[in-house]
Amino acid sequence: MKFKKTFLTAVCACAMGFSSMANAGSVITDGSTSMEKVMGMLIESFEGNGIDVTYNPTGSGSGITAVLEGRADIGLSSRALKAQEQEKLVGTDLAYDAIVVVVNKNNSLANITTEQVKDLYTGKITNWKDLGGADAPVVLIGREAGSGTRDGFESVTDTKNACKYRQELTSTGDVITTVGQNENAVGYASLSAVNDTVKVLTFNGVEASEATVLDKTYKLQRPFVFVTPKNKALSKDAQTFLDYSLSDEAKPFIVKAGVVPAKN
Amino acid sequence: MQLKSHQECTDKIATVVFTVLGYLNIVFVAVICLYLVISGIPAIGQIGFVDFIFGTQWASTASEPKFGIMPFILTSVYGTFGAILLGLPIGFFTSVYLAKFAPLKIKQFVESTVDLLAGIPSVVFGFIGMLVLVPGIQYFFNVPDGSSLLAAILVLSIMILPSIIKVSIGAIEAVPEEYELGSLALGANKVETVYKVMVPAARRGIGVAVVLGVGRAIGEAMAVMMVAGNVANMPDLFESVRFLTTAVASEMSYSAGLQRQALFSIALVLFVFIMIINALLNLVLKERKGKK
Repeated sequence: MKFKKTFLTAVCACAMGFSSMANAGSVITDGSTSMEKVMGMLIESFEGNGIDVTYNPTGSGSGITAVLEGRADIGLSSRALKAQEQEKLVGTDLAYDAIVVVVNKNNSLANITTEQVKDLYTGKITNWKDLGGADAPVVLIGREAGSGTRDGFESVTDTKNACKYRQELTSTGDVITTVGQNENAVGYASLSAVNDTVKVLTFNGVEASEATVLDKTYKLQRPFVFVTPKNKALSKDAQTFLDYSLSDEAKPFIVKAGVVPAKN
Repeated sequence: MQLKSHQECTDKIATVVFTVLGYLNIVFVAVICLYLVISGIPAIGQIGFVDFIFGTQWASTASEPKFGIMPFILTSVYGTFGAILLGLPIGFFTSVYLAKFAPLKIKQFVESTVDLLAGIPSVVFGFIGMLVLVPGIQYFFNVPDGSSLLAAILVLSIMILPSIIKVSIGAIEAVPEEYELGSLALGANKVETVYKVMVPAARRGIGVAVVLGVGRAIGEAMAVMMVAGNVANMPDLFESVRFLTTAVASEMSYSAGLQRQALFSIALVLFVFIMIINALLNLVLKERKGKK
């Protein structure tokens, strides 16, 4: 038994030695595909310091596993860490991805609840009169499969793979234009992308704004989290990148990626 | 003597350059074919040919992904067929009028307008379709949303007009004048001459026009993406639909793994489709020519 433990430790040490050797001057990040845009912005603005940052878009779960197994320096998760995961890992909020539900300006609806969103998008409610609006059919506008906004919306509202879209559009701009044109339409978009051609609904009575996103009273949001090991120090390069990403200097780039930077 | 060898040398260089450029075209086609086949085959193998082609459900990012592209294939076929159904008569009669009946001034004016139509980028067609056609369909047909197969067909039928008109005019004008004069001399009037002598004689060229129209319609992505709604439904005139082209274009940017490979497979299917359509039409045209 003791021998086995020593052996394991030796293997681990070896693996760690190899990985740190391979990582000389480079930082490996691994995880959420939804964070592609924000990571792209960060990596692009970070370059020039001689440290090479790579990003593997594999998914939040795989990213967390990669950090646990030492295959990545920083894991990227687009959900908060579970209690069990927090035993071995530390999550640092980088930003918040806030999604708003938008309707046409002529729609009388002002607020929508989690239940109502779920009923709407799964096709349980098909007429606006069921929500106290006009007697008109609901037209569901969404994003294409693989879109980070769609993934965020569907995972927060628990409607994954159950949405009965009438249109799947490939950009936030298209969603806004379509909703702005069709009186019966309802869509979703990143908070940063909406303009005054559409009406933004309050979600469970809370208006979406940077303040309500940061104090978490606005619920239609999810965190973008940097995941690091709890009892093992980061490599110097990874720490440099992490510090940069959380610094005020990086905030404009995070905003540019369409999300709300976390306060640290 | 010196001059002659100089000329010969220039000739040789020119021959080599033009030959290389000519072969370069073949290289492009070959590389694209090869790339499509190599990147398209693995996913078909993994999903299964029958499940891929005849599957009616597409859910590429679901926890249990489904990769059936029958809705896309049918939509592309219906959409193209609809566009030809609307666009061919309009284009054909326009070209007959322009080639044989129109006064020179009108002909020149309309022809330059058609050229202009051909030069409009497809994203503009899509944008106007999105802002005018889609709300229009919603209003006139009283449907909840105008983004539909019908909107795509209307946009496509306008987009294929220039190629149909231009090639048809060329074909009709290429018919020897003797045919026309002979027919008129036998007592046929102008309309009879045009429709019973000129048009049948120009049949092959008009066939080429149809091929070009089909090619443009089946390969168009941008304009269609903006008006069709892009949901993987089985085709219905007023339903939101996704074409083969838009299936590739809309999911490509964030795709990964098998999903991405499947998108290449869709492109391969589209490619095969275009090859089959071209081959079929060529065959029909050749047969007709043989009979004559």
